[in-house]
Amino acid sequence: MTVLKILVGCKRVIDFAVKIRVNSARTAVETADIKHSLNPFDEIGVQEAINLREVLGKDKVSEIIALTCGPSKSQEQLRTALAMGADRAIHVETSKDQTLEPLNVAKIFKAIIEKENPNLVILGKQAIDDDSNQTGQMLAGLLNWPQATFASKVEIDKDSITVTREVDGGLETIRSKLPAIVTTDLRLNEPKFVTLPNIMKARKKPLTKFSLQDFDIDVTPRLETISVTEPTTRKSGTKVDSVDDLISKLKSAGAL
Amino acid sequence: MRNFVLRNFQCLSFLSRKALFRSILKNHVRNVGFGLERKHKSYSTLNQDPKAASVYTHKNAEVSFTADKYLNLKRNPNFSELTQEDITFFQSVLPSNNIIVGNEDDLLPYNIDWMRKYRGKSKLIVRPKTTKQISEILKYCNDRRLAVVPQGGNTGLVGGGVPVFDEIVISTNNLNKIRSFDHLSGSLICDGGCILENLDNYLAEKGFMMPLDLGAKGSCQIGGNVATNAGGLRLLRYGSLHGSVLGLEVVLPDGTVLDNLVTLRKDNTGYDIKQLFIGSEGTLGIIAGVSIQTPRKPKAVNVVLLGSNSFEKVQETFIRAKDELTEILSAFEFWDANSVKLIQAHIVQGSKFPLDTNYPFYILIEVSGSNKVHNDEKLSSFLENLLENQIVGDGVVAQDETQAKVIWAIREGIPEACNKAGSVYKYDLSMPLECMYKLVEDLRRKLMDAGVYGKDLPINNVIGFGHIGDGNLHLNVSAQNYTPEITALIEPWIYEWTEKHNGSISAEHGLGLMKAEYLRYSKSSSMINIMKKIKKELDPNGIMNPYKFLPD
Repeated sequence: MTVLKILVGCKRVIDFAVKIRVNSARTAVETADIKHSLNPFDEIGVQEAINLREVLGKDKVSEIIALTCGPSKSQEQLRTALAMGADRAIHVETSKDQTLEPLNVAKIFKAIIEKENPNLVILGKQAIDDDSNQTGQMLAGLLNWPQATFASKVEIDKDSITVTREVDGGLETIRSKLPAIVTTDLRLNEPKFVTLPNIMKARKKPLTKFSLQDFDIDVTPRLETISVTEPTTRKSGTKVDSVDDLISKLKSAGAL
Repeated sequence: MRNFVLRNFQCLSFLSRKALFRSILKNHVRNVGFGLERKHKSYSTLNQDPKAASVYTHKNAEVSFTADKYLNLKRNPNFSELTQEDITFFQSVLPSNNIIVGNEDDLLPYNIDWMRKYRGKSKLIVRPKTTKQISEILKYCNDRRLAVVPQGGNTGLVGGGVPVFDEIVISTNNLNKIRSFDHLSGSLICDGGCILENLDNYLAEKGFMMPLDLGAKGSCQIGGNVATNAGGLRLLRYGSLHGSVLGLEVVLPDGTVLDNLVTLRKDNTGYDIKQLFIGSEGTLGIIAGVSIQTPRKPKAVNVVLLGSNSFEKVQETFIRAKDELTEILSAFEFWDANSVKLIQAHIVQGSKFPLDTNYPFYILIEVSGSNKVHNDEKLSSFLENLLENQIVGDGVVAQDETQAKVIWAIREGIPEACNKAGSVYKYDLSMPLECMYKLVEDLRRKLMDAGVYGKDLPINNVIGFGHIGDGNLHLNVSAQNYTPEITALIEPWIYEWTEKHNGSISAEHGLGLMKAEYLRYSKSSSMINIMKKIKKELDPNGIMNPYKFLPD
């Protein structure tokens, strides 16, 4: 069986449980002083890499690398990945206000992959802030690698990977040779809590930094966000005292 | 007979159930049928046997009446009984949908407490919308000598919010307006019936939070919180309501409205009367409005769950937390291994329990501050020290909000898991930290020696948990049923034990019905006498929440 070297993509996003608000300029979601965490699908990706190592054995998984492109605080998310069990982390640092579109992220990942030579790349199917669902697919296109997206089950056998995908019609199982790209879906696994000893160990694991300038990529956005608005608030209902009242209200609203 | 009917009810076909129904109720009630809306009844049918009428309702119907279980309680003959004229008066004050009368099913939820331990026989529930309405109602009740029970979210744990006999329930459910908020000072003024969680959500959008938090926040109301001086999970950080309440609007038993709704942080003018009402459990008046100081919502919060091998190590963790986390420490809770077993059975399924091994004790620590980096640094070195010195065996740190919520759900779910496991004897005691868990161990031994504690025995679990940071132990005994024999085994032994160790028989739950007679274990007779004088002065007819709080 081929020895796996796994690269996992991580993204720093606004925490899933936080109630988001649109900023006053209505150009974006408010991010200042809001809690951020690791994108849930990426968390599932890291956990899947850990699970694969547990199932296949330490000798069959040589290394798990966590990679992120983002501002300096993205380091926290890499520390989470390291505490979960990744061996090494790579941080491509961008300036605080830099937005990276999926194609740019895919190009950066391609550059890192060409340097590191993993044979399995696991990404979250989408990030919960932009919901693009593009990076994994674009990366596969750029590298000319097979892709298995929306994975709900991953199995490795010799040098091929069998992935069960969640698709509109149900489940689809595909097999492909390695190297391959896999993007995770919600039901792939349940990420475990990070324990104290692992958090302590993670502090000593290597974290390499690059900056955006190290890559020859044009990151000017191709899309312009014109406005961001909240969905219209639901109008509150009225209480009625009797069935007759209900009928007359429905009639006047044109529903009866 | 009722039990027979309930057990065999499910076996009967639809038609025979209906027939059985009619035959049981025929002699007692008119106009009965499945789902038929009961018309507004005349007073004569209010004398019907409510037990029969509730047969077809739900599990609540199996709760026995307080008056039948506690035979030492006698209805005060000085109180009048409800008449049709009374109902007519209330109907002139409130619209018909704010009065509940005549329909047993509708009356039931107001008559039974959250613990399903106490059940009253109230025939009338009123739900005023304004302070003025409360004033009119109370004045009338005082003149007529009709006993009343103020009721908020009905989440109290000592039977203080439900009637014993036929007291009228004055529900604050409709008093739910937020009156004003000043973002400069952080003072919030709202009606007494506002639900705690709603207030918290309202404040969250403005960057503030309520200074208290408890498991019942989705149902409990701020007026009730103030009336019981509720403590909760964050007393450690934000102090008690005696400090955070700035002012109150109280309706006195004779209908007078006492308006002290100031938003001043400092006001040393005369006796601080509002302090009397905080913790008075509805015996001195109804809290219609609250003015409260709200702290800033912290920008950075971390939650940690730790496993500890002994109670001594738990105490040591607490000392270190005060030393090293100091101003960012916002909660310090503990629970024992037996609590975990309950939780795993009823709330958080096994696969989700964060820590793998089974420790005898678990600690939840929460830190809140204005700066994440500062939080993380302090927490990180604190945890490292704990590990290196082997004070904790293992622990997990929440990596995002969802994980933090899971950890909190474990702690907050313990009372609910207990309730699901059986009938719960709930004790809430404060005492010096060193002897806290000894009480749990002593009680377990006592019950084991009595042969009632164990598998297939009347008592299946004795758990200890609580706000160890405040010196507050919650001790729950999970039994198959509430029986006088079990009660006699635990009480007053547990209160005597507490008194011997200079503790309080009720740290935060209050006295209510359950502990009124045990007040002497924590307060001297001279203090109790002064309390009685104050009660007599403000409520000479004794109509406010009788049979509770103060011993006879």
